[in-house]
Amino acid sequence: MAAGRRNSAWFRSDAAQGLALIGPPGLYALVVLAAPLGTILLYSFLTDGYLQVLWQPTLENYKEVWTDPLYRQVLLRSLGVAMAVTAVTVGLAFPIAYFVSFHIRPERKGLWLFLITIPFWTSYLIRVFLWKVILGYNGVVNSGLLSLGLIDQPLTFILYNVNAVVITLAHAYAPFAILPIFVALEKIDRSLLEAGQDLGETRFMTFWRVTLPLAMSGVVAAVLIVFIPTIGDYVTPQLVGGPEGRMVANLIQLQYLRLDNYPMGSAVAVTAMALVTAVSLVFLFLTRRFLRGPK
Amino acid sequence: MKPGGRWLRVYALAYLMFLYAPILLLPLFAFNKGTIIAFPLQGFSTQWFEAMLEQPTLRRAVTNSLIIAVSSAVLATTLGVFAARASTRYAFPAKGPILGMIMLPLVLPEIIVAVSLLVVLLGLGVNLSILTVILGHVLICVPFSIAILNSAFAALDTSLEEAAIDLGETRLSTFRRITLPLVAPGIISSLLISFTISLDEFIIAFFLAGTEPTLPVYIFSQFRFPQSVPVIMALGTILVALSVVLLSIAEYIRRRGAARTGTDPGGFL
Repeated sequence: MAAGRRNSAWFRSDAAQGLALIGPPGLYALVVLAAPLGTILLYSFLTDGYLQVLWQPTLENYKEVWTDPLYRQVLLRSLGVAMAVTAVTVGLAFPIAYFVSFHIRPERKGLWLFLITIPFWTSYLIRVFLWKVILGYNGVVNSGLLSLGLIDQPLTFILYNVNAVVITLAHAYAPFAILPIFVALEKIDRSLLEAGQDLGETRFMTFWRVTLPLAMSGVVAAVLIVFIPTIGDYVTPQLVGGPEGRMVANLIQLQYLRLDNYPMGSAVAVTAMALVTAVSLVFLFLTRRFLRGPK
Repeated sequence: MKPGGRWLRVYALAYLMFLYAPILLLPLFAFNKGTIIAFPLQGFSTQWFEAMLEQPTLRRAVTNSLIIAVSSAVLATTLGVFAARASTRYAFPAKGPILGMIMLPLVLPEIIVAVSLLVVLLGLGVNLSILTVILGHVLICVPFSIAILNSAFAALDTSLEEAAIDLGETRLSTFRRITLPLVAPGIISSLLISFTISLDEFIIAFFLAGTEPTLPVYIFSQFRFPQSVPVIMALGTILVALSVVLLSIAEYIRRRGAARTGTDPGGFL
């Protein structure tokens, strides 16, 4: 459609052509994403009537989110869990990305990346459920440790709490952390490393002073891409978190689908997004010196 | 460089074990005779696969999910082609913000997408159905489609299109006969990956499907009943096998495409 209409200047970088092409996906995102996001922002300032939303502007919802200990606890826990998941996921991912980038022959790298991404494309729900099987009272970990005689009775601190949520999410988001770091490592000019060593640095110091700073752009991307979605994860806290592992998504679902309190649910959702954005911006500010310079 | 490699290799293999642990357990329990999902195993049986065939709700959920996944894949890839073409070839006003908005679902928690759409749809009086799920799934599939198609379009040599125009082709026929065949591998892998994402998506379907079950919504509902979990393990085994096959095809096609345009085949994303 966009291709057929124009008569001149097909090959020139033309603003009108670009806009015509970006039109359909842009409008779609505007109507199905931006407008609804605007709506929940609006709802968060309205009053909940019984089963309906009243047009009475108020700040009560936010006041409740920030003062009610229950809401505050869930929000802080979500933030804490997301940070822990991010640290664990990115920490575990870095050596893998480094290994594939520096120790695997170029023609085999694709295969490794493929192997790493396959588990990610299999049913998320079933993977989460299987972590419950692995970590459970009669689970793989416990029966394994019991039969080895390492423990006398099953460990209980690994299921239905925050630990289980962290382990499961670290598994689910692994490829999201590995791929950006891998891409950053691949871009590093290998002669820089040789230069570092020729000039008398040890291998560790070369890594510390050359490789790591150059890979930081990938690490920063990995941190953000893991941190932002994990804070809103619903399935994992629901299935393996137990009552003490509930996170903000479970609270939002409760407000919308069980209590039918749309303004309150919206206020929780907006607050969560604002928190995520704030933390991400602070993180970007702290790491800004790594992101400058040649890409 | 190499001396540290041995420890890294051990670590890499341990990490792969961690990644594959849940998936390797799946067939064990799917073919296990016992009803309880725990060790020790009770012996070999295919009863759960047979039981799976006798579930009418499951059949309906599979049909719904297939309709949703195929529609979402086609729509998302179509929108993705527009966006990838625009972002790789043209400079236009507000390019960054517009593309940023389109790519936003990649980092936005899905529950936010789900509740915001739910509020608007209910506000407009739209009945929840598989159509409303498609609406949400297209939104989250488009960024993945663009990521894949961007590299396909970026690898495209503009001079081929120019040559076709110089030789008297119209713009439309150039697009159909030159551009499309060259980016076809990207389009196919975008279709397959969007299909896979939609098939597996739970939260948006949970909020927007109304009373219609989709496959993940059905699976989630069955987790509440311990006696139906082995059937889900059997179902999961089939799903995993299916996605591995689909992804291998997608990867194979993408590599062949990359080889044809002479670019380095990266990984997914």
